[in-house]
Parts: sequence; C-alpha cells; structure tokens
Amino acid sequence: MVELIAERFAYGVIIILMMTGLYAVVASANLVKRMVGLGLFQTSVFLLYITISKVLGGAPPILEYPFPATPDETVYSNPLPHVLILTAIVVGVATLAVGLALVVRIREAYGTIEDGAINEADYALDTERAGR
Amino acid sequence: MIEAFLALFPAAVLAQAPAIMVAAPMLGAALATVLPGGRPAWVVALFCSLITAVFAFVLLFQTWGGEVISYAMGGWAPPLGIEFRIDGLNAPVLLLLGVLSLLGVIFALPSVADEIAPRKQSLFYATFLVCLTGLIGVTSTGDAFNMFVFLEISSIATYILVAMGAEQDRRALTASFNYLVLGTIGATFFVIGVGFLYMATGTLNMHDMALRLVELDDNRVVQVAFAFVIVGLGLKAAMFPLHVWLPNAYSFAPSFVTAFLASTATKVAFYTLIRFIFDVFSVEAPFVSAAFVWVIAALGVIGMIAASVQANFQTDARRLLAFSSVGQLGYMLLGLGIGTAAGVTAGVLHLLNHALMKGALFMALGVFAIRYGVRSINDLRGLGRTMPATASAFSVAGLSLVGIPMTVGFVSKWYLVSAALDRGWWWAVAAIAVSSLLALGYVGRLLASIWLQSPPERALMAAKDRIPVMMLAPMWVLAIANVWFFFDATPIVELARGAAEAALAGAPR
Repeated sequence: MVELIAERFAYGVIIILMMTGLYAVVASANLVKRMVGLGLFQTSVFLLYITISKVLGGAPPILEYPFPATPDETVYSNPLPHVLILTAIVVGVATLAVGLALVVRIREAYGTIEDGAINEADYALDTERAGR
Repeated sequence: MIEAFLALFPAAVLAQAPAIMVAAPMLGAALATVLPGGRPAWVVALFCSLITAVFAFVLLFQTWGGEVISYAMGGWAPPLGIEFRIDGLNAPVLLLLGVLSLLGVIFALPSVADEIAPRKQSLFYATFLVCLTGLIGVTSTGDAFNMFVFLEISSIATYILVAMGAEQDRRALTASFNYLVLGTIGATFFVIGVGFLYMATGTLNMHDMALRLVELDDNRVVQVAFAFVIVGLGLKAAMFPLHVWLPNAYSFAPSFVTAFLASTATKVAFYTLIRFIFDVFSVEAPFVSAAFVWVIAALGVIGMIAASVQANFQTDARRLLAFSSVGQLGYMLLGLGIGTAAGVTAGVLHLLNHALMKGALFMALGVFAIRYGVRSINDLRGLGRTMPATASAFSVAGLSLVGIPMTVGFVSKWYLVSAALDRGWWWAVAAIAVSSLLALGYVGRLLASIWLQSPPERALMAAKDRIPVMMLAPMWVLAIANVWFFFDATPIVELARGAAEAALAGAPR
C-alpha cells in the first residue's frame, strides 16, 4: 500500500493542485483570484509533463562535447517534455498578462473587480434600457 | 485550369507553400505593429490575407484527388520534427480561412475606422494578423503540441479582438474575460489529453500517433486522453453545454471581429475535433464509437434544439445569431456523430455553408450598425424600406440559415437528413425538423421586423449618408455564394466529400 502511494505521490500532488486551481476559477468572485486559480491549474499541468519525463535513475540529458560517435549506455531522462513545457510556460504567461490587463480595464470601466457587482451594474443597464 | 494556375508559381515557392501560409500573416503582424496609422496597417493586412487566400488555392489544388503534402518545418524530418500536413480534410478549411479573411479585411476598413480609436487601429490589425496566423497554424500542423501552441496564439489574439469592442460597450471586457478563462481551461484540458497521449504512444506527431494507437484500444490512458481532448476542443468549438462564452463574445465584439470569428474561429476548432476523433483516434476503437451516439450526436441534437429555443428569446440581433451559431454547430456535430462517410460529408458541408451564411449575416448587421448604430431587433424596424439592398442580402443569408430551398442551407440539411436516414436515425431527422422550425421562428422575427414594420421617426436621421462599397461588396459576395452554391453544389460537395474521405482514411487497421 505504502509502495503504491509512494509510486503515485507526484500524480496525487498534481491532481490536488489541478482541482484546487479549477475550483478557485469556478468559485471565486474576485477576478484576480480567478486568474490565480487559472495559473495554478496551468502550472499543475506543467508538473504533469515534467513528472512523466523523469526516468528513475536517469541522468540529466546533457552530453559532453565532443559528442560520442556511438550512443552510450547511460540512461537519460526524457528532455522533450521539458522543452514543451518551456513553450507552455510562455503561453501561460501571455494568457495571464492579457487576463490581468483585462482586469485592469474592467476596474477602470466598472470600478470593481467583483463578479456580483459587475453583473449588477450590467443588469441595471439592461433594465434601464428596457424601461426607456 | 488547375495546372495553369499552379504553373504561375515557381517550383520552389510551391514546395514552401505551407510555410508561406503561416509566415506571411506572422511577419505582416510584426510590420503592422510599427506602422503609424490604421490605413497602412490595413494595406498590410489586406496583402497578407491575399497571400493566404492565393496559397490556400495552391494547397487545395496540390491536394486535389487525395494527395497528402507533408512539409518538414525547418528541415527536421517527421515524426521527430514538426510536420505540416495538408490533406483533403484541412485544405478546404484553409481555403475557408483564406477567402473569408480576405473578404473580412476588405469589410474591415470602414467598419474598423468607425468603431476603433485611430491610434489603436494599427495594433488592431496586427492582432488580427496574429489571430489569422494561429488559425492557419492550427489547421495545417500535424503535431499535437504545436497545435496547442497555435490554438493559444489564435485564442489570445481573439480575447484582445473581442475586448476591443469596449469602446462601444464596456460589457465587451467582461465577455472577453469570461472567454479567456473558459478558453484557457479548454486549452489546458486539451494539453492534458495530449500529455496522456504522449505517455501512451511516445510521439507527438499526429499521424505517427494514429499508427501507434491502433494497438492501444483497451488502454485506459488513451481513453482518458480521448475524453480530455474532446472536452478541451469542444470548449473551443462551443459544443453545446460548453458554449456559454460564445453569445457574449459575439454580441459585444466589433462588427468585423464578429463576422470574422463566426465564420472562421469556431470552424477551425471544429476541424480539430474531426481531426482527433477520426484521424488520430479511430472510428473503429470501441470507446470512440460509443462516444459517437451517446456524446457527440446526443450533444449535437440537444444543442441544436436548446440553443435555437434560446435564440428565439433574444432581443439583441447579434446575440440571437450567436445562439443560432451554437445551434448550427449541433448539425455539424450530428453529422460527425453519424460517423459514416456520408455523415462527415454532411458535417463538413454544413461547416463551409454556415461560414458563408453567418459571414453574410454579421456583415449585414455591421452595415446596419454603421448606418444607424442599431443593435437590437426592435431597432431593425423598417430597414427593409430604408436600406432595401442590404436588407435583401440579410434576408437571403437568413433564409439560408433556415434551410429554404434555393439556398445552400438546404443542400447541407439535405445531405444531413439523408445520412441520418441511411443510419436509420429517425429521431435525428425529427430533431432536424424541429430545429429548422425554431430557426424559422427566430429568422422570421428578424425578417418581420425588417420588412413588415414601419421605420421609427429617428431612423430617418442616418448616422452616415452613404454606406462604403467596401462593406457592401464582401457581404454581397457571401450572400450570392449562398444562392450560387445551391445551383452549382458540386464544388463544395466535392470538397466536403474529399474531407470525409481523408478523415476516415486514418491509420490502416
């Protein structure tokens, strides 16, 4: 049992992080907190990729120069997911930047970043228009 | 004629066509950013989308008859390098992107000049070009992770484009924010699915993945990956219960953005769904064929009825059409869910036709908006009398949405119904009939308001005297295409059939 848990420990942590992030996105009314949840959710996926790339007992995949002509016997970790995640981090940063920029604009336009207050303001606008 | 067209280009250019498609708008975006005003940036955007349209034709002709173009990006051979793979399935989508972005850009100049502040216009066009780059990349790439990156490039640009509507209505900001949150969740689900697929197969190249998945039907990791990919891409495509971001995003974005997104962005996301369901996974895998009836077809049917009902209760014309888009997506999903070659043909056919209809409808609403600044259905009263020509184009596209004979909407519904009957799905045919009646209801409301009611007093005071011909021309091209392809349906039906063949070819089992 202990072995089973120990083997899957990293995945357990990832699932907890992922669900925490997703819950924060859905449950928080504050737009900035929602972005934080989104960031947590994305980061847990980065960890998932990094976890699957680790080979038990594997060396860092760095070759000494000059490169050996024939492949050596050393076991290396898989470098590809790391490279993918570098790209995904850039995507995540861009999303976060646009999201926060939108929050700034929303605060300028509505004077609040709470979901309920924004909806109320929009609803008031709608009913005012309907009454016109 | 095909040979004569291809002979216009040197062989070196033809060989690089997939790369040029993506590179042209990307470089154009960088150039447009540094240009001083809207008009020079517009020229760049026009030039780039012209290149895109021309090369879309080049790629279509090169893949005509089942050829597959495999382009090794940067000279790194697939499956290790990133491959751009053009076949019968994505060539029509690329054509759709090329032609509709060209028409959209022509429409954009007066519309953007009216709706976007002058100092932001060049950045606006740059963002549009980034969005186009992403959409073309998603469509042409053959690498699953590369697809995620391009998907996010196009999505992030789309969030910005939607938020630019804030100058008209501040609700564009919240619409864009909600779209950003949901879109990012969708993309993250997709990337989790790709991660699981990589765990199971050890490859990211979609063709290679398909070959290796043949033996992995019982693998739980693959089945979970399928679920994640479908949910992620379904969110991007606004599949029925995941569509909540779409109505607000479409109603508050600038007119040009709505016309462009409605006719391209969800279509590209829908293409990725076809690519994964049919090409990467296989129809013959038990977990995929179970999903056809109980997930894809079921959601398609529920979507086309529920969203059409919702559309009937809208007061804002663009919001109404946005809900109708969700409903129309149900038809395409039903086509996929049928799962036969005829069903996929019908799905792709409706994808192409729906782009023509919604492009024309949203452009016509843009023309109404620039002349009178109207948005709600109530404000459309009497436009048939004051703007008969534009109102006619709107009506043609609207009737096409219902599926009246003499319009393309009829052609795709005909194919869909016959595909459903071949499979013996009477309930699906009944659902199509109900949904068409609902569509008649909401289009009827729009048309009754336009043609039957008398214009209000203030309508006589137009915001602008004349409507720029650059807005009318693309709208008319699309409206006439709606009728033209009914009488000469062969080209689009052949495109759709080629796409279905390419989709179902998949990996040999």
